[in-house]
Amino acid sequence: MITIIKPGILTSIQDLGRYGFQKYGVIASGAMDQSAHRIANLLVGNEENAATLEITLLGPAIAFNEDALISICGGDLSATINGQAVRRWRPVFVRGGSTLKFGPGKAGCRAYIAVAGGFDVPVVMNSKSTYLRAEIGGFSGRALKEGDQIAWSSHGNLSGIMIKHLKSNLKDHFFMECDWSAAGDLIDYTSRRSIRVMEGRQFELFTKGSQEKFFSEPFTVTSESDRMGYRLKGPLLTMEKAEEMISEAVSFGTIQVPSEGNPIVLLADRQTTGGYPKIGQIAAVDLPYLAQAKPGDRVYFTKVTLDEAQSLYLEQETKIKQLKIGVSLKFR
Amino acid sequence: MEYGIHPLGDHAIIIELGKDIYEETQQKVQVVSAFLDEHPPCWMVEYIPAFTTVTVFYDPVYFTNINKAKLPYNQACGQLSEMLEGLKAGNEKEQRVVEIPVCYGGEFGPDLEHVATINGLTAEEVIKIHSSGDYLVYMIGFAPGFPYVGGMPENIAAPRRESPRLKIPARSVGIAGEQTGIYPIETPGGWQLIGRTPLELFQPQAEPPSLLRAGDKLRFRPISHKEYLEWENHKG
Repeated sequence: MITIIKPGILTSIQDLGRYGFQKYGVIASGAMDQSAHRIANLLVGNEENAATLEITLLGPAIAFNEDALISICGGDLSATINGQAVRRWRPVFVRGGSTLKFGPGKAGCRAYIAVAGGFDVPVVMNSKSTYLRAEIGGFSGRALKEGDQIAWSSHGNLSGIMIKHLKSNLKDHFFMECDWSAAGDLIDYTSRRSIRVMEGRQFELFTKGSQEKFFSEPFTVTSESDRMGYRLKGPLLTMEKAEEMISEAVSFGTIQVPSEGNPIVLLADRQTTGGYPKIGQIAAVDLPYLAQAKPGDRVYFTKVTLDEAQSLYLEQETKIKQLKIGVSLKFR
Repeated sequence: MEYGIHPLGDHAIIIELGKDIYEETQQKVQVVSAFLDEHPPCWMVEYIPAFTTVTVFYDPVYFTNINKAKLPYNQACGQLSEMLEGLKAGNEKEQRVVEIPVCYGGEFGPDLEHVATINGLTAEEVIKIHSSGDYLVYMIGFAPGFPYVGGMPENIAAPRRESPRLKIPARSVGIAGEQTGIYPIETPGGWQLIGRTPLELFQPQAEPPSLLRAGDKLRFRPISHKEYLEWENHKG
């Protein structure tokens, strides 16, 4: 079990999302950076969908009431265990009684903490993700608060082998981490500011000038950005003529442009449908990069075709599959 | 059935069944939705019906097991086209009629008088008109269980409030322009509130979690404050 000593700005339980109920207006939710969430789980021997803690910018302080196998993936939010820096993207064995804290954000916006077995909260509509506005799912349907205690489910064989291995090297330390990293070429938040985007359904309705600017000039993530969506500021995007749109489904990474001309990127907590013109759609492989951008960061959009976006996605999925096999081979 | 097919990014396909909000288009949306419920393709994650479209979400990885050379999008489109060719409008399921009891005015409907005044009516007339309309649920969206309802008589239309309320209580019935609707959960909003229903529109533990579904016919029935309280007590 863990106990939250300080909650941080926004710490919530998430998995890969709540699917099958969007037709009833129930939003998908789920981890903003799905790659980091999935890798964090694989590194502790979990299924990719197990519930993790998503922490945001100013992270929490968390006491471990018992021994645990964890991994921290995603942005670099200066994690320490009992004052000593702990590295991301690897399995870490934590001795019970230790405290995990986060400091200044060095790169990225969010990090994910996975624990072997996965955090144990009730499944609501097929998911453990927190749906903040409807106050369901996750831990009591809300962001974590001081004093909250969260247990985890029992772990599988692979996690057991990892624990045994790391524990045997623990000696008198508070934690023991593997000396290898899973990040490799899968993730690099600091160097990538160019996000690959497909043309949206209404792309052709925008002026030629707006179409060009969209794919060449930078956009800044404004402070009006959250799990629901990022409001961007850059060159104003205008349509040839104002057209009345009929609401239809939107998805993770849809870029809408309301009439005032500043784009909004829809993210994990987006509504199920939207009525603004869609200028673009972020390629699924690049969603984690945007989810790791924080207010003030600048992004560029680069055009890709649907064909390219799907090929990139399939390549990434192959890499994640290889990582899953790789993790188990390291502990053979 | 006539349709258009468009990608929504690399994980979804929009099936377009019409260009305008018509009841006939809505029926086509119902036919496609019902088919997807009864014969869900194994690669489908879920679908979202709207006024003129049904959007199907899929897992591109699934198709690589079938044909590595062909783009997953094209494979999914191929299967959807085959399905759509065989569908005919008119096969829709029997329409459900859902009655929504509403306690109009008073503390539950603080804007009822305003809606009456701007339309040159009395509050009683607004209630009568609102509760005698035949309504159709075009889609569910915006919030869990929130119905986009068509069919409200124009003579009780009212523009949104100039400054939205920070909190609209759950189950409030309101008017915005020529639309009427019910708020399933507490949200901020600019609708003119004319009453409240004791019915829960969103129940996370129920299957399905939404009281209403796209395609339902809606009727509003006025109830007294006393009846409202009895409903509430009955819910326990």
